[in-house]
Amino acid sequence: MTSSRNTTLCRSVDRLVEAVLGLLALVSGGMVLLIVWHLLAGAWPAIAAGRLGAFFTDAKWQPGSLRDPQFGVVTMLVGSSLVTLLAVVIALPVGLATAIFHRFYAPAFLERWNRRMMELLIGVPAVVFGFWGLMIVVPAIVRVAPDMPGQSLLAGGIVLGLMILPVIALTSQAALQAVPTTLLHAAAGLGLGRARTIWSIALPTARGGITSGVLLALARAIGETMAVVLVCGNIPQIPTSLFDPIRPITSTIALEMGYATSSHKALLFCAGLVLVLFTALFVGWLSFRRNDTDPGTGGA
Amino acid sequence: MITGSSTVAPVVADVAKRYENTHPGTRIEVQSGGSSRGISDASTGVADIGMVSRALTDEEKQKLTAHLLAADGVCVIVHKDNPVKELNKGQLIDIYTKKVTNWNQVGGADATIVVANKAEGRSTLEIFVHFLGLDNADIKADVICGENLHVINSVVSNPNTIGYVSIGTASAEAGAGTPIKLIVTEGVTPTMESVRDGSFPITRPLNLVTDAETSPAARAFLDYLMSPEIHDLIEKHYFVPVR
Repeated sequence: MTSSRNTTLCRSVDRLVEAVLGLLALVSGGMVLLIVWHLLAGAWPAIAAGRLGAFFTDAKWQPGSLRDPQFGVVTMLVGSSLVTLLAVVIALPVGLATAIFHRFYAPAFLERWNRRMMELLIGVPAVVFGFWGLMIVVPAIVRVAPDMPGQSLLAGGIVLGLMILPVIALTSQAALQAVPTTLLHAAAGLGLGRARTIWSIALPTARGGITSGVLLALARAIGETMAVVLVCGNIPQIPTSLFDPIRPITSTIALEMGYATSSHKALLFCAGLVLVLFTALFVGWLSFRRNDTDPGTGGA
Repeated sequence: MITGSSTVAPVVADVAKRYENTHPGTRIEVQSGGSSRGISDASTGVADIGMVSRALTDEEKQKLTAHLLAADGVCVIVHKDNPVKELNKGQLIDIYTKKVTNWNQVGGADATIVVANKAEGRSTLEIFVHFLGLDNADIKADVICGENLHVINSVVSNPNTIGYVSIGTASAEAGAGTPIKLIVTEGVTPTMESVRDGSFPITRPLNLVTDAETSPAARAFLDYLMSPEIHDLIEKHYFVPVR
């Protein structure tokens, strides 16, 4: 009698927990839909007025021009993509090297200390990174290329790269730590050296987790705003060199949203929508490719 | 509720603080967001008073009344180490349209000029472009900045940069030891005095705007803003009180 009542109680508690957890999970996931809905509502005046075409056909972005207003976002999509790509190109090798060092080479105290420092780096506000970039990285670039503005694709890539470096390093380390020790012992048993074991056993096994980390870093980099707005130069153009200024979409929204009147504001909402869709497609494509080429390998 | 120009907001916030101290029970909320927001919020009634750092257009004048709070100038700045001291309107047009691209063409050292511009919608941009008689699309910039401080920091981080900011901000920063120099334009040195006597060519009015229905409480605060009692606060922000 008592035991069956306990079971019933347990079951209803269980059901309650399930409902609460489910609700919270769906709220967090549903936030994305809510944000997209909000963006759509804000962008609607421009979409209804048929301005979306100009978004992709206009060559320039000069919404404030009276003589020749243009609303092209292609240069800014290119800017967002290039600066994100450059950041990953800079951060991935360094982050991976850090993770391998932490997992296989570093003495415990050094690993602990260095990992804590990287966790701190994640917490540094973006605007501090941006200011640091403007005051330290940009003058250094001007010394290398004195005829260029300094605020550039390169400056943005370096600052963003530094911001996503700890994300890549820490998630890669977690992925490497999840590699079963039996595998590593087996490799040692076969007489493989440490470098060979890392290269042929640990890294391929941890690939899924490392890719997840890179995706997370990519998504963070493409949406980053306060740092890039201070160091990228914000000129909407297709760059011809690393030293040319570029304008990511996020910069445009940050620079102009507070100052825009109705029709211009709707276009900025459109730009935000385009960025969200672009990120979704990009991340979707990457995870699709990952599942395709890498079946059965779990994430971190 | 008061919204609008980020140039005017800090002064009005200071005045509001003093007003709240002397008038217990009054709550004044000041939010910045640009002159355009000041116009739209004041006309839709979202805000009791709007802050607008430019002259009103004829269309705006039909709906809103402007109350002149103070005057501000927009001045051109370069790095302190740049030997150039003076640039006239023609030279500025050439620089901002990239007809002139080296500092040695305007009396400086042999170095490429880096042109810093403001982002769309900023009233400093509108006033500067209007002074030069150009359209936004004519300007060929190397760097686009949001805030005045971003322009100043760009000049500091690359000494070949030319930019333009509010005289108030520029004087405050130069006074605090930031290595920038205010450029003499059309023969007039940008100072509080030259803005006050009207001789400086690039100035703008800092306006407060209200629509037809102003609440008595808002009206009372507006009167306080217009009174000489707060001139010290206006000068503290490096603007020039009018009257």
